[in-house]
This record gives sequence, C-alpha cells and structure tokens, in this order.
Amino acid sequence: MSRLHVVSGKGGTGKTTVAAALALALATEGRRTLLVEVEGRQGIAQLFETEALPYEERKIAVAPGGGEVHALAIDAERALLDYLQMFYKLGGAGRALKKLGAIDFATTIAPGLRDVLLTGKACEAVRRKDKSGAFVYDAVVMDAPPTGRITRFLNVNDEVAGLAKIGPIHNQAQAVMRVLKSPETAVHLVTLLEEMPVQETADGIAELRAAGIPVGGVVINMTRPALLDNGDLEVAARGARAGIAKALSQAGLGGARRGGLAERLIDPLLEQAREHAERVELERAQYAELTALGLPTYELGLLPEGVDLAGLYGLARDLRRQGPI
Amino acid sequence: MTSDVMTLTASAPWLEVDALIDDPGTRIVVCCGAGGVGKTTTAAALGVRAAERGRKVVVLTIDPARRLAQSMGISELDNVPRQVKGVDEAAGGELHAMMLDMKRTFDEIVEGHADAERARAILENPFYQSLSAGFAGTQEYMAMEKLGQLRAGDAWDLIVVDTPPSRSALDFLDAPKRLGSFLDGKFIRVLMAPAKVGGRAGMKFLNVGMSMMTGTLSKLMGGQLLRDVQTFVAAMDTMFGGFRTRADATYRLLQAPGTAFLVVAAPERDALREAAYFVERLAAEQMPLAGLVLNRVHGSGADQLSAERALAAAEALTESCADRPAEEPGPATGGAADGGAVDASPDGDPNSPPYGAGSPPAENLGPDGIVDLAAGKTGSRTPGGPSPAAAAEHTASPSTSAAHLAAGLLRLHAERMQVLARERRTRDRFTALHPEVPVAEVAALPGDVHDLAGLRAIGDRLALRPGEADG
Repeated sequence: MSRLHVVSGKGGTGKTTVAAALALALATEGRRTLLVEVEGRQGIAQLFETEALPYEERKIAVAPGGGEVHALAIDAERALLDYLQMFYKLGGAGRALKKLGAIDFATTIAPGLRDVLLTGKACEAVRRKDKSGAFVYDAVVMDAPPTGRITRFLNVNDEVAGLAKIGPIHNQAQAVMRVLKSPETAVHLVTLLEEMPVQETADGIAELRAAGIPVGGVVINMTRPALLDNGDLEVAARGARAGIAKALSQAGLGGARRGGLAERLIDPLLEQAREHAERVELERAQYAELTALGLPTYELGLLPEGVDLAGLYGLARDLRRQGPI
Repeated sequence: MTSDVMTLTASAPWLEVDALIDDPGTRIVVCCGAGGVGKTTTAAALGVRAAERGRKVVVLTIDPARRLAQSMGISELDNVPRQVKGVDEAAGGELHAMMLDMKRTFDEIVEGHADAERARAILENPFYQSLSAGFAGTQEYMAMEKLGQLRAGDAWDLIVVDTPPSRSALDFLDAPKRLGSFLDGKFIRVLMAPAKVGGRAGMKFLNVGMSMMTGTLSKLMGGQLLRDVQTFVAAMDTMFGGFRTRADATYRLLQAPGTAFLVVAAPERDALREAAYFVERLAAEQMPLAGLVLNRVHGSGADQLSAERALAAAEALTESCADRPAEEPGPATGGAADGGAVDASPDGDPNSPPYGAGSPPAENLGPDGIVDLAAGKTGSRTPGGPSPAAAAEHTASPSTSAAHLAAGLLRLHAERMQVLARERRTRDRFTALHPEVPVAEVAALPGDVHDLAGLRAIGDRLALRPGEADG
C-alpha cells in the first residue's frame, strides 16, 4: 500500500480540501499521518482553522479512533538551510550564502532545485523511523502543485540528476526519485465533472505514466445530486403545466390560474430545470470519460455552505466508506 | 439580512467593460486571478468582443486549455500571433491570438543580444537549456517580455494577456525582478570571479566566507554543474544589464495609464480571498486596477421564492403523494387535508400573500424544513425517474406525477437559491472590504465554451449592466 499520497488537480477543483480529508481518512484507528503543503499558500491552516503553519511538524487534528494528523508547510529556503546544516554543518556559512543571494538563487531560480528540496523533505518524512524502527508516519499526504505542473514537479529530480551528473545534489535527487517511482507513492488527481478539468486529468495521467510515476485514483469532487433529468422535462413539455401549477398552488404557493402566482413560477422553474438537465447530461458524459481511464474513482459531494471543519470530517468519512485509497 | 445585501450590492460600482475596451487609450488589459476561475476564457472573450467592436486586438495566452485554443483556431504552441478566422470584422477590427512559447522567447532574446557565436554557446549550455525550459519564474518573465515586445511593435490597438497559472497569482509581478536581480546580482559575480569581489581591502571576513562558499558550491552542485553555470554566466555577461533594463521597462509599462488590470474570480471564498489580496497588492505597486470580473454567477428568474419556502412546499407535495396510491389520479385536495406540515394558505387564491418577506413563513416552515433537504437528496439517487405515471399528464387536477415533478422543480429551485445566497455572501464580503472596486458579473453558462460563439456569449454577459435581463 502506498505511503506517500500526492494530491494534484486543476486549479479550483479543491485539491487542498481533498488532501486534508485524505490525511484525516488515513489517520483512523490510531494511525498517524503527515499533511504537507509545498506552495506556501497556508491553505491547510485556513482549512483547519488554525494560525499559519510554521516550518515545523505539528499536530493539527485528531481522527476518530485516536489517530493524529500532523501538518507541515515546507519552505524551500528553510529546507535548504536545514539540509546544509544536517550534512555540512554550515550554520554560519548558510547565513553568508543567504546574504549573497545564493539561497535565493538555489530556491527560486536554479532549475529544479526548489522542487528537489520540497519533494526531498516529503520523502524524508515518508522514510523516517523512530528508535524502535517503526515508521514515524503511517502515511504522508502532499497537497501538490496543480495538474499542469505535477509531472514536472515530481520528475524534476530526473532533470536535476541529468544536469548535475555527480555530487550530492545528484545523489539526493536519485534517492528522491527512487521513492517517487516506487509503489510506495501514488498520485491522485482531483477533478470536477466539467470538461476542462476532466481533459486535464486525462492529460495529467498520460504524462505521469510516461514519466513512470505511479498514478493512484481519481477523486471526483463537488458532485451534486441529479434532482431532475430530461425524462422529467419531457413530461413537463407534454402539457403537465396545468398540473404543475395546481400542485404548486396546492403546496401553498399562490394561484394556479393564468397570471396567478403559482402559474408565474412555472417558466423560471422550468428554465432552471432545463439548465440542470443540460448539466446532468454533460456530467454523465464527463463521468463516462473518467471511468474509461480505468482507475479507481472516489466521489465527494458538494458542501453547499463551503468547507468547514465539520464538513472536512464528513468528507474524510465519505472517502473511507469508498474503500482504501 | 436581505436589505443589507441589497445595500451592499448597490454600493459596488459597475465595471463597464465596453467603455474600457472601446477607449482608444486602453492599450493593455491584463487578466489575473487564482487558477480555475476562467482567466484565459475571460481574456479570449474580451479579445473577441473588442475586435468585433472595431479594435485591432492580439490575445496573448500563456497556458490555455487545448479546447479553448481550438475555439480560437490555434491548435499548437506558436510564438507568433495568428489571425483568428470567423470574427466579425465589419467594425474595422481584427483578432489575432498567440500562445507563449517560453523557451522560444528566451532563445530570441539571446539571439537578439549576442553575436552568433556567443549565442550558440549560450543556447547549447545545459544550464541555460534547463533554465529556459523549466525554472519556476521563466514563464512569468517571458510572458512579461513578450508583452513588452508586442507593445513595442505597436502593431496592435489592444493587447489582452492572461497571466500564467502561478503558484501564487502574484508571481508574475515578482518573477521579472527576481530573475533580473539574480542575473546582475552579487551572486553571479561571485560565481564569475570570487577572488575579485572577496579580495578587496577590509573584506577579509567575507573573503573567508566566500572561498568556503565556492568550495561548498562545488561540493554541493558537483564541479560539472558549477562549470556549466559559470560558462553560462560568462557568455551571458554582456546581456545582464539588458535584462535588468527590460524588467524595469516592463514593470513601468504595467504601471502606465494605458494598462488596465482585471482581477478575475469566481464567487467562491478562496478565489475571492485571492482576488482581495491581489487588489491590495496592485494598489501597493501602483498598478492600475480596472475592476473585478466575477465569473459563473448564478441567478434565478424566481428569486422571490425563498429556498425555505420552496423546500417546505416540496415536502408538502411529497407527503401528499405518499398519502395516496400512485395509480389514483387523486382529487385536488388542499394541502391542509394531507397532514400537519402544510396547514397553509388556500389554493388558487390570486390574492394570497406574495412570497418572501411579506408572507407569514412560520406555517410552511415546520421543523421538517431541514429534514426535507435530506429527503430531497435521497430521492435524487434514482435520478428523477420520468416513470411517475406520465399517464396522468392531461388531468386537470394535480396528479401524482405533476406533484412529483413540481416537488422536483421546487427542490432544484431551493438548491439554486442556496447557491445564490452563498455567492452573494462571499461577494459582499469582498465588496465590504473594497467598495471602490468596480465589479462586472458574468452569468454562469450551463456548459463549457468550445467556439467563437461561446466566447461571444461570455463577452455579452461580461458587458451586461447589472439587473439587465440576460438570455
């Protein structure tokens, strides 16, 4: 079973929410998970309604059954300084490097270095063991960059390894890549039932596969119930108007005869139904495209009032109910 | 609550998109905002509309969805503006579109600023190849570079550009400066000639740090990568000043009066939070903000009927259906006869009180109001079965099927009204913080945009005055 879960998706599909729900879902029955953020947006803190996360692993939630979710906002600059300190005991020189702009260079400009540092830190957490030799975290969930950049982000270690053909960066990159390409890793893609996110999901999966990075599941987010479909509309079109008006009126919504309040509701309500049915049809087509990808799919319903902490736990429950991810 | 909402809405000025794109003084429109809010679509729709209103427009897209690119007739990555066919040119305008190829753009800068031999040395350098194709800020830098080129060429009345899908929506403002400051910064000079910088009198400490540093760099990066970087830097040496100058020029161009920033958002909490952040940042940088484009806003033709009343009525109808066998057409009994939930007002009276604030909501809003939502969802698992006795459709009395249908319509309406309320709240939060920012709302389309007609429809909605009926 995978221990590093990388969650990506097109912008706006809710990947941070899904990553957080997954970390909660994986933390049941006394397990411990780490939720990591790599883009410096503090989305996790907002979701868990806590103050901004520092560069430090801290417990942010307990899961049903005694599990724990820890969180870490990985900062590339701090990760590099840590790394220098850890391997080269370079505390003071680190500051000098920073003053010169070398750290800035390494973490923002040098191609791929930033990504090696971010993925490297996550992989370190995956492999970390305590004194008794057990893994410190049962699973690590990463709120990763969007689908359009995910393969480059994960595969960048290959790129760096090619660029730096020897030396510690090279070795580090190789080590990270070994984890990312192993069955220990699974990349999950979050999508909505809309054309562009579905298209990007399909493209993203093809790219990940071409790069040899294991793809996990597809999470269909913010699904909405189909309340009416074309069949109902046909009934309405075939002259059920009077009946509907009467029913509305009967439910206390005003007069059913022409010009009455209930009668005047029918056109706007039917228009909304037409839009709804059109969307339902579109969603069915997109759903079919997703299932044709041959990956496990998971569905999470739209939370009409937005995601709060209670909603997040609900989503975690829903994920768990749909089997192991 | 409702009246508060109204007041706040009224206080947000309207963003007059047509006035903006018709003004010959507007030369650059930058669409920015979080990922997934429809930036690229907005940029394309603005381009189509401006062209059809008589301007000579080029749309610079950074990373468009393939389908959208196809809708404008550009199928492959191409760094040259191509004319878009099918645009109405009767008003004397034209539409061209291009997609940024960042590597090609970077290569062109190198080729334009170095002699052939030096250019080749740079283009073949492994570090350059990686930098130009990959690094996190190259796309932003090259987007701004391309914008500067298009503007300098002066072949266009109006340039519409969408910003890259950045880590943070603000990266494109920072990246050019960052690259510029790196390329002519201290660090580069250290890489080039450590002894020269460190050897100055009075800098002994730094000198120690410096040699330790280059040693470290070599250890860290491996000698070969360090050599690649040094060769690259040496070859680029003459161009550094140029990079800084260009980054500064682009930055000033963005501040100039002919530029208008449009912050694009969807009426969702996170997107609007990012939009608010962006508005503040633009103000801090003295960049001219034209307004906020709020995409995918929902409306309802029956917004006088509240979600609560619609749900209660749906519940009453469902109960009345359950109370009688489906085969039986059922007499047109008043709801009150069927159960406690609706001891409500009589049927069919045109003088019954109107919906909403005026009506006494208590009777219809039993404690079951919320439970009803769950019931609605359960019902939906069997999507709307057209089955419920279509046989009765001609009966004058509310047959079971008509009652089912009406209940479905009402539940759908309740859902829509909840969406509306949520969108209004998030928008009002933004407006309360930034009451000076003009807003244009774009009504949601049920489907995706595939072609020019779709872009035109978005453009129509963009330009609509609030409160005007749309199609």
